[in-house]
Amino acid sequence: MDTIFALASAQGKAGVAVVRVSGPDSLAALQMLTGLDHFPDKPCLRAVVDKAGDLIDRALILAFPQGKSFTGEATVEFQLHGSPAIVKKVLAELNTIDNCRMADPGEFTRRAMANGQLDLAQVEGLADLLEAETESQRRQAISVFEGHLGRLATKWRTKLVRAGALLQAIIDFADEEVPEDVGPEVLDLVSSVQEELEKELLGYHAAERVRDGFKVAIVGKPNVGKSSLLNILAGRDVAITSDIAGTTRDLVEIHIDINGLAVSIVDTAGLRVTDDPLENLGIERAKTAAENADLRIFLGDDSGFETSIDTQSGDLHVYGKGDVQNAPAGSMGISSVSGDGIDNLRTALSDVLTSRAQRAGSLTRERHLFAVTDAKLTLAQVILTLKSGSYEPDLLAEDVRTATNHLGAIIGAVDVEDVLDVVFSSFCLGK
Amino acid sequence: MKHFDVIVIGGGHAGLEAAAASARMGANTCLVTMSESDIGVMSCNPAIGGLGKGHLVREIDALDGVMGRLADQAGIQFRLLNRRKGPAVQGPRAQADRVLYRKAAQAEVKTISNLELVYAEVLGLILKNGRVEGVELADDLNLYAQAVILTSGTFLNGLIHIGDISKPAGRYGDKPSIKLADQMASLKLKLGRLKTGTPPRIAASSIDWTKVEKQEGDDEPTMFSFLNVAPTAQQVSCAITHTNEKTHQIIADNLSRSAMYGGHIEGVGPRYCPSIEDKIVRFAEKTSHQIFLEPESLTTDLIYPNGISTSLPMEVQVEYVQSIHGLEGAVIKQPGYAVEYDYVDPRSLKLTLELKSINGLYLAGQINGTTGYEEAAAQGLVAGANAAASVLDKEPILFSRTNSYIGVMLDDLVTRGVTEPYRMFTSRAEFRLSLRADNADQRLTPMGVSVGLVGSSRSVHFDKWIERLNTGKETLESVQLSPNQLQNEGITIKLDGVMRSGLDMLALPDVDVGVIEGLVPEAANLDQDVLAQIGREMTYANYLGRQQVDADRIRLEENTLIPLDFDYSDIKSLSNELRNKLQDFAPENLAQASRIEGMTPAALVTILGKLRFDRRGKKAS
Repeated sequence: MDTIFALASAQGKAGVAVVRVSGPDSLAALQMLTGLDHFPDKPCLRAVVDKAGDLIDRALILAFPQGKSFTGEATVEFQLHGSPAIVKKVLAELNTIDNCRMADPGEFTRRAMANGQLDLAQVEGLADLLEAETESQRRQAISVFEGHLGRLATKWRTKLVRAGALLQAIIDFADEEVPEDVGPEVLDLVSSVQEELEKELLGYHAAERVRDGFKVAIVGKPNVGKSSLLNILAGRDVAITSDIAGTTRDLVEIHIDINGLAVSIVDTAGLRVTDDPLENLGIERAKTAAENADLRIFLGDDSGFETSIDTQSGDLHVYGKGDVQNAPAGSMGISSVSGDGIDNLRTALSDVLTSRAQRAGSLTRERHLFAVTDAKLTLAQVILTLKSGSYEPDLLAEDVRTATNHLGAIIGAVDVEDVLDVVFSSFCLGK
Repeated sequence: MKHFDVIVIGGGHAGLEAAAASARMGANTCLVTMSESDIGVMSCNPAIGGLGKGHLVREIDALDGVMGRLADQAGIQFRLLNRRKGPAVQGPRAQADRVLYRKAAQAEVKTISNLELVYAEVLGLILKNGRVEGVELADDLNLYAQAVILTSGTFLNGLIHIGDISKPAGRYGDKPSIKLADQMASLKLKLGRLKTGTPPRIAASSIDWTKVEKQEGDDEPTMFSFLNVAPTAQQVSCAITHTNEKTHQIIADNLSRSAMYGGHIEGVGPRYCPSIEDKIVRFAEKTSHQIFLEPESLTTDLIYPNGISTSLPMEVQVEYVQSIHGLEGAVIKQPGYAVEYDYVDPRSLKLTLELKSINGLYLAGQINGTTGYEEAAAQGLVAGANAAASVLDKEPILFSRTNSYIGVMLDDLVTRGVTEPYRMFTSRAEFRLSLRADNADQRLTPMGVSVGLVGSSRSVHFDKWIERLNTGKETLESVQLSPNQLQNEGITIKLDGVMRSGLDMLALPDVDVGVIEGLVPEAANLDQDVLAQIGREMTYANYLGRQQVDADRIRLEENTLIPLDFDYSDIKSLSNELRNKLQDFAPENLAQASRIEGMTPAALVTILGKLRFDRRGKKAS
């Protein structure tokens, strides 16, 4: 039996997000993410880390042994902070566990039913919910498939079905007039699918940003005018400003629209060495937010820019307080008091983000991401084998079938009849 | 007036296997056929097995059926197809001597206890209140039984075409057949129409054998039956020749005279067995097609030219055959023809092959839309075993896609129906790597023993084999080598620090049974057949985990049975369309229900919910 996982709470931003894992490998999942080697008796707070050991979030862990959960199977629930980014990361980590996959719609409920955990009234109620969920997924799917991904999917399907057909033909019609070696054509077919899968994966990150918004952090030393910049970008007073260094302690975030793109801008505490424990906490948060942002606006003054945070490609460097100091020639200066240079900054921001958005691929949902990731891994194996020059058709056929199944959520289920259709239309078979 | 537990109508491959299976189960069985000479007739090509089909024969044999042993007795050329590919896709095949096969079948049938043979024409079925009670014979005799298995092949409205001449096939025209056919029609079963073709038969003595390429059998023949080790009949070779452009021209010039292209045929033919007319039209760019010249028997002068089935008029057949290299002086002993027939939509059957609408009536073989001796025999075995189980008040004997090609075929037939004559291919089995011809016994014999389908001598033979296999595995497992040691022996391996046993080593791409003795000296003491089998099993070790997970998932749904009279009307969340489909098709388990077009997760959950609820209600009352 495989282990299934999914976001069990509503999609999108919320206070708390619940990720549920059900099945025999729940404990393995718990151990991988939290290091716990047993189901805790009571709810407990644990750090959730990725494979590299980096912190993803702190989560409340609820574990239900077999027979005592909603599904009747061993189940672990991770109550995470409700950020889509955190949820995504946790789901992606779970997807790397063997025999652990994203649940199909209604699958938790079906397992609960199969294990006799629900009565009929509960089932009828859940069915309505499920119907709504399925319907919304269906609509979503249609909208995705009408677009670019739909066209890609058709191409992938055609190529993978043909690759499968070539391999099945030399297996099932070995005695007949089929090509001796279909390796080169299969290699061509799967390589071209593979390349496109990789392109889509690269675009995924950008697509995610287009959907959820780009994160931009304003970074700088204390009292360079970060909060004033935030306020003028927001068009209202969101952050408290003062001449006193260290006014901003916690993160302040605004959501604005720049050239049609959703952008959230975070104001961070000024970075400096201080004994104030509260301010230090704010500085830690500022660093994390700055590092995790898609883009950083480094706000500087005549003493230069903050250097404890690495500059990444596309980051902007801007001199503030233009009303009292002049920006060096050739650099961008702004004044949050007069509003000078703010339009320039908006344009610069828009240029960078728009070019990133244009790179966005068509993969927009986790289910698609996992499908493409898994298929890519399997096809990589196929390509490696074919390039080695010798291959076993039965194993290769199985790998191609597995990759095709992985992509099922995108290209539609591929049935043996689809493969046989291609076999019989491509080769003159039959004694 | 005679009473039996089970009556089988028809002595072809389905009927023979059905009668034998029913008798093995301990049911008092009767086989009714026109005459003794009908038993074990190979009406089409003289070969058994192949890819997918060979798997079916092995599975029949694993369940103590007769086909594997008969084919071994009649085999005059054995070839293991895909010998150089992985064991999962190797299929045993043999040219079978028609005469020897029929003799072996007729001898076999007389040795079966609990089986009575009746040579008579069947007038019709005795039906009462939606169940079958027996059969009515031509000579005013009635036979009674609680279960009847109909294996009547292509007799339902069979029509033979040679060019523009058509004539009713089978025993159409005789009163009895009409009555049975009419009776079948009155049962309001959904029927479809299929066609299949045969090539002209050629006199062996009229072929110039020096001009054609010889095709020898394997040096070490692979037998069908787990009980046999070597052929008993004299071994011969086949030959290969090819059509040429002249052949194609003759056929193209006469296309309109073909029954197929002249518009005389409405049935759907198989894509994998096209007529020569079809090949030339659909693959016009090909200038040559391969023809296998297969001897029909050691004792007759007939050759079956496999690859040129046709429905052209006789004189065109002569002309195109004589245009082929080596066949210039060929004498046609019997023209090729196409045959059309009705079949019963197999979606009206349960997984036991009992009709959903008539209690006790089972259908097996070509009547269910399949083609091939092996497919027919496998269905016969299923129907025979289940008819007997039902009469003897035992649980139904169910096969799964996860344990056998038989299960794949049954599920395909009853869930999806057919659009062309159904033939087995290995690609139909999603668990192909685990459902191998070499392990059919391990997959099915224990189940056969537990349901009473396997006799004691087979059971003892199997136990001994498993004991030897296990000893072999223990021997290999007792030796452990480190990655460094393996590297020193020239094996490509990651230095992951994991100790590997002799068994694990066999799962490495670099290690096969030829290499293992160098790594594990103890392996030299093992019998070759044991070592070879362990090698086959370990070939797929790295794939079986994933297959197991998928199989478990399917099996869970297959094991959730839905009663045929399950009431879908009070499930609120079903759409009317889906409700009608469910009621029409009456799926037998949740796996089947899930494959109905338009099925939604919500609908499945509610069906499952109501199933549990109904069952709990029953338990309480």
